[in-house]
Amino acid sequence: MSEKIKAPKEPLFSKKNKRLVTEPLDDNNPVTLQVLGICSALAITVSIEQALIMTGAVFFVLGLGNVIISLLRNAIPSRIRIIVQLVVVAALVIIVNEVLKAYMPGPAEKLSVFVGLIITNCIIMGRFEAFAMANKPWPSFLDAVGNTLGYGMVLVIVSVIREIFGSGKFFGFPILGNNIVDPEANLELTGLYSIGYMNNNFIILAPFALFAVALVIWVQRARNKSLIEEH
Amino acid sequence: MAINKDSNGYTFLFAIIMVIVVGSGLAAASYGLKPLQDKNLEVKKKMDILGALKIENVDRTTAEGLYAQYVNDADCIVLDSEGNIKEGLVAFDVDIKKQFRDKKLAPEDRDFPLYVASIDGSTKYVIPVVGSGLWGPIWGYLAIDEDKSSIYGAKFDHKTETPGLGAEIKQPFFYNQYTKESITVDGQYKKIKVVKDGSGGDDFKVDGITGGTITSKGVEEMVDRTIQVYVKYFNK
Repeated sequence: MSEKIKAPKEPLFSKKNKRLVTEPLDDNNPVTLQVLGICSALAITVSIEQALIMTGAVFFVLGLGNVIISLLRNAIPSRIRIIVQLVVVAALVIIVNEVLKAYMPGPAEKLSVFVGLIITNCIIMGRFEAFAMANKPWPSFLDAVGNTLGYGMVLVIVSVIREIFGSGKFFGFPILGNNIVDPEANLELTGLYSIGYMNNNFIILAPFALFAVALVIWVQRARNKSLIEEH
Repeated sequence: MAINKDSNGYTFLFAIIMVIVVGSGLAAASYGLKPLQDKNLEVKKKMDILGALKIENVDRTTAEGLYAQYVNDADCIVLDSEGNIKEGLVAFDVDIKKQFRDKKLAPEDRDFPLYVASIDGSTKYVIPVVGSGLWGPIWGYLAIDEDKSSIYGAKFDHKTETPGLGAEIKQPFFYNQYTKESITVDGQYKKIKVVKDGSGGDDFKVDGITGGTITSKGVEEMVDRTIQVYVKYFNK
């Protein structure tokens, strides 16, 4: 891939290229600043495992898609460029879905329809249109890496909050004790649940993800004052 | 030679080439991966049947062997809606989900497969069920004990029910409630109700899931509708 770039005067990891990766993590985070990809932040952040698999799938689609769009950028007729971008996203997502179903049936079952919903993730179309259409393949790939990391970071933060307080688990392991009573299987309340604590069902529901994302935005802007808008 | 990229001809040509390339690529991917995907679905089905039979330590690698050990394909039969045996059909190959979706197929024309398993010399009958939840299909397997009246084990699954609410039907605390429930009184079919009042411990009653009423009712409906057919067969 990299040898296709003609005479790059700058090294592969120049300062400018590094910024492509680091900027979306904080200063230009796709979720908390551009408010893109919120749909999936609502849907799949119930467990950390799902958030990570989703991030992986988005990385594949965005990374490959950015490179493809970047390679084709001089050939795509501008009048149908959005349709071309959409076709690239849709084709890649279908491939991800088929491959997951064939080789990783377990995770594919867990994500079910949400893999298909990557098509509607605005980050992907946004990066195609805003970056890959105007840049060479290698910077486009780095841009994809940065944006996926920025996206994945927010997903993981939100899913940690939701999994711990919504299901009392961390990465699938019950950390607050056992909350199911089943005399036959010898199960009784343990840990926090034995003193009356209960999981908050609201946290499992999609609307809570909006509050969680808002909290992340709040903390981020409190830390980094330059992100606060003037008006 | 400069090409005018804004001309209609170029735009159409680009679109046509793109569609052909992408279309054939996707068709190849779908066709090439189909055998593997079908195999996974088959294994998943065997895992679910073994789950209803309460066989432990089943995963994707061991499902095939355990299935062959407990379920004898030659004993499995397919029934019609009146409980008569239909000849010439292989139980495992009947796709009840597809038949359930097929609006043109009258409910009485559907096939009803019955898997017969043998665990430590005791015969169990596994009944597949399929129905509708809140957002999409739900399905499951009920294992009936040798007496053809009490439920030995159950397992449910869903496609798109709400996590934490309707999706809880796939959790053991819900499906284990069906174990030891009866389906008949003196040979007469009796419905197992999903209730809200917490009296699920009683016979013929199962506690529903808070916030998952429609999914719980969906389970009640599919179990009720399907078991009736098999009771007709068991009574013959």
